[in-house]
Amino acid sequence: MKFLLTLLAFIAPVAAPVAANAANEVSLTSSVFVEKAVPQADGRTRLVLEEPKIVVPGDKLVFVLNYRNQGAKPATDFVVTNPMPGAVAYQGTPDASAIVSVDGGKSWGPMAALKVRKTDGTFRSAYPEDVTHVRWAMKAPIPVGAVGKLSFRGVVR
Amino acid sequence: MISGANWSILNVRLVRIAPLVVATATIAFADPAHAVGTAAGTTISNTATATYTDPIGNPVSVPSNQVDVRVDELLNVTVASADPGDVAALPGAVNQVLSFTVTNTGNGPEAFRLAPINAIGGDAFDPTTTSLVLDSNGNGVFDAGVDTIYNPGSNDPLLTPDTSVKVFVLSTIPGSATDGQRGQTDLTATAVTGSGAPGTTFAGQGVGGSDAVVGATTALGRDKGFYIVSAATVSFVKSASVLDPFGGTKAVPGSIITYTLVATVSGAGSLNNLAAGDPIPASTTYVPGTITSQAVAITDGSDADAGEFAANRVTVRFGTVPGGQTRTVTFKVKIN
Repeated sequence: MKFLLTLLAFIAPVAAPVAANAANEVSLTSSVFVEKAVPQADGRTRLVLEEPKIVVPGDKLVFVLNYRNQGAKPATDFVVTNPMPGAVAYQGTPDASAIVSVDGGKSWGPMAALKVRKTDGTFRSAYPEDVTHVRWAMKAPIPVGAVGKLSFRGVVR
Repeated sequence: MISGANWSILNVRLVRIAPLVVATATIAFADPAHAVGTAAGTTISNTATATYTDPIGNPVSVPSNQVDVRVDELLNVTVASADPGDVAALPGAVNQVLSFTVTNTGNGPEAFRLAPINAIGGDAFDPTTTSLVLDSNGNGVFDAGVDTIYNPGSNDPLLTPDTSVKVFVLSTIPGSATDGQRGQTDLTATAVTGSGAPGTTFAGQGVGGSDAVVGATTALGRDKGFYIVSAATVSFVKSASVLDPFGGTKAVPGSIITYTLVATVSGAGSLNNLAAGDPIPASTTYVPGTITSQAVAITDGSDADAGEFAANRVTVRFGTVPGGQTRTVTFKVKIN
């Protein structure tokens, strides 16, 4: 089953997101897509996001997190944290506000600010594949009924 | 391959993601353990957590659903000649050995079917491959009677990811081949699960029930090997010069004859244990201590140096002489 990017815009929500706990007033839903280059009849290549039926090393994955405040009050200090699966190398996120960790979640910062200690004790700039966690910290409370989507990319190691 | 019930496309408006294609440029994987990628059958599990503060000030933590994606098996193989160059062989020679290295560059254990190809255009002759042999003792060298003879379908080498096996191709060189001619023999290795255009999928045939997917190598590796006919021949030319007792060149009793033997080796190969032997002619007597080889004196005794005078005969040994080189021996006799 293939979802062309342009078609995805028209796919309407078909069910309520999975709520982890009925008592929670905010729900968080995780999904994964694999990006495939599909040759087109006109010779060009179109990038298509597919359900990850077949995934092999080198494939590009798109992780999508949807949140929804289905409670009756705003949620403040809203933070979403996604540890990187070990077999996936981080490839970036479109959200400039996202911060990452390269040390298992002990310290955080924008990609460009992080360093990794080398075996000889010196430090080098962190590479995307060093990322162990991705985090979004919302400055503003999440209003009642609000939905949002976060995403990041990875490649199967 | 996806598993679990929670895969979802809910609320996805992916148009926002598209510009992200340019987010990263080059990625260098630092971990050599992943040279061929994540092992087939590995499950990629992703769970995120949201935390926030509820209206009465309590911290709340909400996990997302878990999405499990199983890594499928990528079928990749390479074949590379392991010979430093053309393998020298003689016309009609049997069991001439070409060496190849077959490497599983996929991410799952896979068996590979091996086959030689002899009928190839552009070479001077077609070697006849008589057997393929697996380097079963792993020493990298063909050991007749020790290494295992390969039988397609019965002992296809099973390689774990990123491991190799050396394969020896044993061929017969046609007797009609002549010096300097090259004959090509290729080795192919094909994933037993299947091969084809990259992306070809064999459902359920990967590790642990995952799918098997043909990778960039088309799951078929091939490389070239060459035999070169390397024959060599030797020709001897003998000449003589005479010095009579009076300073002239007449052959009279008492004249000294200097014989010069030139051995010329020709061809692409070399000759082993080449030696020159010359009996002393009748009516002459060897002049002691007059043997030279390549202008270096050789003693008359049968000792450590490479020649002697024995049984009224001069012998000089040259060892291995490659094609294109000459060896020169001189000695003197006196006319009785």
